[in-house]
This record gives sequence, C-alpha cells and structure tokens, in this order.
Amino acid sequence: MASTLQAQETDKPEFYLTEDHHPEGSTMLGFWLYLMSDCLIFAVLFATHGVLGRSYAAGPSPADLFDLPLVAVNTAMLLLSSITYGFAMLQMERNAKAETLFWLGVTGVFGAIFLGLELYEFNHLIHEGAGPTRSAFLSSFFTLVGTHGLHVTFGIIWLITLMVQVSMRGLIPENRRRLMCLSMFWHFLDVVWIGVFSFVYLIGVLG
Amino acid sequence: MSSHAPAHESASATHHGHSNGHGAGHGSLKGYVIGFLLSVILTAIPFWLVMGGVFDSKLLTAFLVMGVGVVQIVVHMIYFLHMNPRSEGGWTIMALIFTLVLVGIALAGSLWVMHHLNANMMPMSPEMMKNMP
Repeated sequence: MASTLQAQETDKPEFYLTEDHHPEGSTMLGFWLYLMSDCLIFAVLFATHGVLGRSYAAGPSPADLFDLPLVAVNTAMLLLSSITYGFAMLQMERNAKAETLFWLGVTGVFGAIFLGLELYEFNHLIHEGAGPTRSAFLSSFFTLVGTHGLHVTFGIIWLITLMVQVSMRGLIPENRRRLMCLSMFWHFLDVVWIGVFSFVYLIGVLG
Repeated sequence: MSSHAPAHESASATHHGHSNGHGAGHGSLKGYVIGFLLSVILTAIPFWLVMGGVFDSKLLTAFLVMGVGVVQIVVHMIYFLHMNPRSEGGWTIMALIFTLVLVGIALAGSLWVMHHLNANMMPMSPEMMKNMP
C-alpha cells in the first residue's frame, strides 16, 4: 500500500508552474483598461450634465454661481501637479530615490491645494443655498465634479501610500510598477478635468 | 513583450537603459516641458475667450472652447500619458478607440434623445406646472 502511494507521488505530473513569475507589462494594459472603464463613468456623468445642465428650476444659473478666476487657479494647480508627477517619473528612471520622493511630495501638495479649493467652492455654494438639492443642474454638477474630486482624493491617498512604500523599500521593480500606474491615473484625472472646466464651467457660464 | 533588464542594477547603469517594448513609455524632460507649455497655452485660450468676452457669438465661443479642449486632451494623451499606436502591441490604442466610440454614443445619444423628448412635450402653462402632483 505504502509503496503504491510512493510510486503515485513520484510520477505525479506537475499541474502548477514552479516558476512564480508574473509577466510584467500586462499590468499596464490592465490598468489602462480600468482607466477606460472609469472614462465611461465620467462620460455618463457628462451626458447627464449635458441633459440637465440647463434645468435651473428657477434657481441660480452657472453665470450667477461660478467664480472663473478660482476655476482657473484650480486648473493651474492640477496642471502643475501633472508636470511635477512627470518630474518624479524622470527621477525614478534615474534611480534617484530622494528626488523622486521630493517631486511626489510636491505633486501631493498641488493635489491637496486643488482639493482644498474645490471643497471651499462646494462649501460656498451650499451656504449660498445652491446645494445639490436646489435644481437638476446643481445635482448633476455636484455629482460630476464631486466624482472627479473623489478620484483626486483617492489619488492623493495612493500617492502618500507609495511615498511610504518607496521610502521604506526603495525603488524596487514593484514600486516602479505602482508609480507608473499612479502616473497614468493622475494624468487621466487631469484629462477629465479638461472636460470639466471646458464643458461645465466655461460653457456653463456662457449660457 | 521583450524581456527587460533586471532593475536592481547600479544607478549609473540604468541611467539610459530602459527597454522600448515597455508598456507605457516614460517620456523625457523635453516631452514633459513641451506638453506642459502647450497645455498652459491651450488652457489660457478658452478662459480668455470666455472671461474676456472676445466674440459676441456664444455659439462660436462654445465651439472654440470645445475644440481647444479636444486639442488639449490629445496633447495630454501624447505628452503625459505617452500614448502611441505601438504600445502593448496596439492594444492600448484599440481600447481607447473602443472607449471613444462608446463615449460618443453615450454623449450624442443622450443629448439627442433627451432634447427631442423635451421638445415634443405638451406645452404647459405655469398654472398647470403648479398643480402638478
């Protein structure tokens, strides 16, 4: 009995791969597909805003509410954070850990300023009585811009997590992969913001 | 995918050594700076058009704002997201085109259908609106 078992175990075929290697490169494509599905979420929110954006319910219109200089400053913050993230990626390529961390930190600060200005704007609108419950226009506005802000919030949390990871483990291949994913995420959010300031703010104010 | 060099080599060795077959390219300082300058200009134009009231026609201004926005999105795709038709054997660009088709259907379809729905509603006086349930 024991000998047969032994025989079975020796010529047992290997059904698993002994080499535990995750093929590099597919992560980037997979993350890109995630971003494309995220893009569809934003497309639907943009379409909703396109349909409801003129339904003021006798309430305030974009021209009454939006402060374009503030939006311009906000846009500048996001643009600056995009290029500083690019600098971080360039330093990562040079294998310079301290410089990478520095530029990641600068990116995080710009992202936080963007978020702070957006929260200030939301707070201001709600105190003016133009909260999301006021009209269909404001509901769709808060949903679209709020979803973008939520993405930036999670981007900043991710950024801080990666800064801790890099400072603890250095620029190992895993961290490089993570930094490249966050890079795509961050630049993608900037692309979505182009749609927001053009379509929601500028064309909204135009009436 | 081509196999790439192990990443744990010395800093001087990896300075210029990165494989071209990698999924998302890294770009260069020049690329980032060009992209940044272009996007600053392309952001300033629509804000100037709207805040300065350059054109009397609102329709023309709106079209220009959307047009410049599309150009800026393409600039970001090329200089910041490093999109090119060859990365990942063309799969990223295929996914992008597929998504753009879906986005186009969702946006144009929603606006078209909802506009007609709105335009074909029975006209209502304010009194009738007030007595709505």
